[in-house]
Amino acid sequence: MANALVEVRNVAKSYQRGNQHIPVLDQINLSVPKGEFLALMGPSGSGKTTLLNLIAGIDKPDSGTIEVDGTNVSNLSESELATWRSRHVGFIFQFYNLMPVLTAFENVELPLLLTKLSKQERRKHVQTALELVGLGDRVGHYPNQLSGGQEQRVAIARAVVTDPTIIVADEPTGDLDKESANEILTLLSRLNAEFEKTIIMVTHDPHAAERAHIVRHFEKGVLQESSESLLEAK
Amino acid sequence: MKIPIVYNLRNLISRKLTTGLTVLGIGLVVFVFTAVLMLAEGFRKTLVSTGDESNAIIVRKGSNAELTSGIPRSQTNIIKTQPEAALSEDGRPLIAGELVVVNNLPRRSDGQPSNVVVRGVSKESLLLRTRMKLTKGRMWRPGTSEIIAGRSVAEKFEGCGLGESVAMGMRKWTVVGIFDAGGSSFDSEIWGDVEQFMDAFRRPVFSSMTVRMKDASQFDAMKTRLESDPRLTVDTFREVKFYENQSQNLGAFIKILGLTVTFIFSFGAMIGAIITMYSAVANRSNEIGTLRALGFRRRNILFSFLLECLLISLAGGIIGIFLAFFLQFIDVSTTNWATFSEVIFGFKLTPPITIASFVFAIVMGFAGGLPPAFRAARMQVVNALRGA
Amino acid sequence: MKVLKLIIKNAMRHKLRSGLTAVGIAIAITAFGLLRTIIDAYFIGVEASSDTRLVTRNAVSLTFSLPLAYRDKIAKIPGVEEVSYGNWFGATYIDQKNFFPQFAVEPETFLQLYPEFILSQEEQENFIKERNACIVGRKLADKYGWQVGDTFRLTGTIYPGDWDYVIRGIYDGRDPATDESTMYFHWQYLDESLNQTAPGRTGQVGVFYVGVNNESDVVPVSDAIDNEFNNSLAETKTETEKNFQLSFVSMVGTIITAVRIISIVVIAIILLILANTMTMTARERISEYAVMKTLGFRPRHLVGLILGESTAIAVAGGLFGLLWTFLLVWQFGLFLTANVGSFFPVFELSNTTMVIGFCTSLLVGSLASVFPALQAVRLRIVDGLRRID
Repeated sequence: MANALVEVRNVAKSYQRGNQHIPVLDQINLSVPKGEFLALMGPSGSGKTTLLNLIAGIDKPDSGTIEVDGTNVSNLSESELATWRSRHVGFIFQFYNLMPVLTAFENVELPLLLTKLSKQERRKHVQTALELVGLGDRVGHYPNQLSGGQEQRVAIARAVVTDPTIIVADEPTGDLDKESANEILTLLSRLNAEFEKTIIMVTHDPHAAERAHIVRHFEKGVLQESSESLLEAK
Repeated sequence: MKIPIVYNLRNLISRKLTTGLTVLGIGLVVFVFTAVLMLAEGFRKTLVSTGDESNAIIVRKGSNAELTSGIPRSQTNIIKTQPEAALSEDGRPLIAGELVVVNNLPRRSDGQPSNVVVRGVSKESLLLRTRMKLTKGRMWRPGTSEIIAGRSVAEKFEGCGLGESVAMGMRKWTVVGIFDAGGSSFDSEIWGDVEQFMDAFRRPVFSSMTVRMKDASQFDAMKTRLESDPRLTVDTFREVKFYENQSQNLGAFIKILGLTVTFIFSFGAMIGAIITMYSAVANRSNEIGTLRALGFRRRNILFSFLLECLLISLAGGIIGIFLAFFLQFIDVSTTNWATFSEVIFGFKLTPPITIASFVFAIVMGFAGGLPPAFRAARMQVVNALRGA
Repeated sequence: MKVLKLIIKNAMRHKLRSGLTAVGIAIAITAFGLLRTIIDAYFIGVEASSDTRLVTRNAVSLTFSLPLAYRDKIAKIPGVEEVSYGNWFGATYIDQKNFFPQFAVEPETFLQLYPEFILSQEEQENFIKERNACIVGRKLADKYGWQVGDTFRLTGTIYPGDWDYVIRGIYDGRDPATDESTMYFHWQYLDESLNQTAPGRTGQVGVFYVGVNNESDVVPVSDAIDNEFNNSLAETKTETEKNFQLSFVSMVGTIITAVRIISIVVIAIILLILANTMTMTARERISEYAVMKTLGFRPRHLVGLILGESTAIAVAGGLFGLLWTFLLVWQFGLFLTANVGSFFPVFELSNTTMVIGFCTSLLVGSLASVFPALQAVRLRIVDGLRRID
């Protein structure tokens, strides 16, 4: 596929557990075009989260290459990766991973502290992001004063505040009740449809997978062939 | 500081008990450290301020304290002719012969007897000691059994207050005045007429002679002359140096003992800090992972956790120094080994001591905070996110 | 024993934390032991005192002397078994740094009164025979490498001049608290010399040592002596040897009080460290405790585990601490002997201190676990199973 935003070629990854060598990913190939909403599914331990981590630049493959928007992230040094992540990746975790001692505003502001923006400029971006996710009136609240759904929305605001190239989501609805989960998924769909954000999501939940354009299945570290991309079909 | 300080501050506050205990531990160690230095300084200051830069003191050769010194009349007459001596208003050379004895008197606090320096002085003595001021009552009348007491003695010993009387050497002596000697060891002494004391204690020789020099630079000339005179067996000292020497042994002992103990404790407090911070790092491992994922560097994490530990130790330092400050309202008395008599002194907080204590607190914070901070910084992102 | 294994395994889960906590406790116990040993060292003179010996001094202060003539009057008082006398000499050996106590005593009566100074028959006789003979304590002799027959010179301060001596005996202390750092020589030697150089100072004694027949004689004899010399030129104060020694200690009473207070502060610090650790550990294990409760473990089981773990760490720390104390006291003792040796003639770790140290660590171990244990007991299972951050 030409001009894929994310290009994964022949990637392999294994872990050391004591003196055990555990292979997790084996010869993975994947292309993600710009604007795609991809869901990765599979049983526990199948390697989907590992692949996500590799694409997001928080882990390195043992072999193979990963290119994101032209940058070979599998080649970057740790500190280069850190800089790259801060500009190009937005993270959404299953358990939100907000700093409990920071307010919603301060949490969303965190990635901007790595930029050269002034305080006023940061404020503007944060306010915009929070309004986008519908929490404009909760900026001063701490995570423990918010519901699970609201916390995840703050996390999403944090993920988009730097206008990243890709958004990676690891079980974003895993800890939410049905109603909140729907809200989150609707929000993600909106980000993808309206703002053309490329989203790669790992999930167990079939309802979540439904919202994606395309679903790929993992089976023991191998990516199964896919059904047609809904995006292409459009 | 990329990671905002409020992150550290609020984390410390959210674990009030643990943070509080750790801060308290460091605070206690800093308190003891500061107190020891303050005590040694207070003791030294009391003794050093006893001496006047323009004065020289002459004692028998080999004596390092007036108590063990005795200068016979034949020698004192020669000493009285030294030309370096300044003159009083009526033309008398300011050279004073004094007799120092020690009396065992009961303390007001517990009735236990302790040794008090009793100094028989000449008319010139008061002129020599410019920092001496009579604050209550009057001087003694010549030829009577009247005495004056330093303010610490008056406070701490029975019978030594204004109007009271104390039995010494088979006579009853009435305290007719209280003097303030500016925080020097004279505050711990009883003064009276030297002739009366010589008679009452049957000690017919002077313990020392004190000379006020016209010019302090003339000291060496006078010293050489006195010590090479074959008729004399004396040692000559600058008064400041003489009294400072008396504080050496005990002062060194206080410092060495105190600092050894503090050094040992400081490890204990540091361990408290280390444990606290390791626990913090472990509990917040997914926060660390998230921060790294967001793009913060290892060194940002390192500094952040180090700073958190420094905040703890600074808080402890402030508490410790603050508490130590109040020690200055307490009097301490102990027997000076050199003079075998009681000296009443206090704790003295000086800017150098304050700075030293802060540095001490910071060093503890650093030492205790570095290992956990390194652990936080060295975590692999994926492991940290998993909560390892 | 399964429980013990579980306790130890729990403690080992966080090797670093448990280890650090044990070290923290060890450090505090070490400091505590050192401080107590210092206080003991101050009181050593008191410990070595006899119940049937009195000390008579000039009522004005120790720095005033008494006439030798008092000796006969004291000896005549009923209840008195033996009278000796001595003067503090206070001279310098080579230079100011080498300080040790020296006394000019009446040799025969002194040795009678102080049977705890052990000399061979020959040494005793030789000492008494020669005018400028002296005896020195074993510790003192070791410090300067002196042997019987060696000679040395002292430079007098209170009694000026050069004084030469020959060592005719090295005495050993009968009890552990007995001082072995002093030098004793003939009072006659001092007096005869004064007769030549300063005749006005002859016949003067520093203190009289009085031995009584029974303990019950102590008070009557003391009173009798002081009454005898009441209203004379040199009034006396007689007290038991123990009180005499105590008066020296009370002179540094403030320092001792300070050291005692610091000892308590030390215990407080230990408690803080250990309590901190146990609280943290307990907080992290809340879900485990909840699970154990669902499995049927009773509160007392949980308390036992927590208490056991806390005590195990404390005991490990306590044992380390005692070992370090032993080493530290030894080293500090060497330092003291070299520098201010005579002020602390005996510097030893007493068994009492070791026992107290160990018991303290046990006590602290239990106390620190009280709060976490209570928490675990009161925990509702559902609260514990819910995920807590």
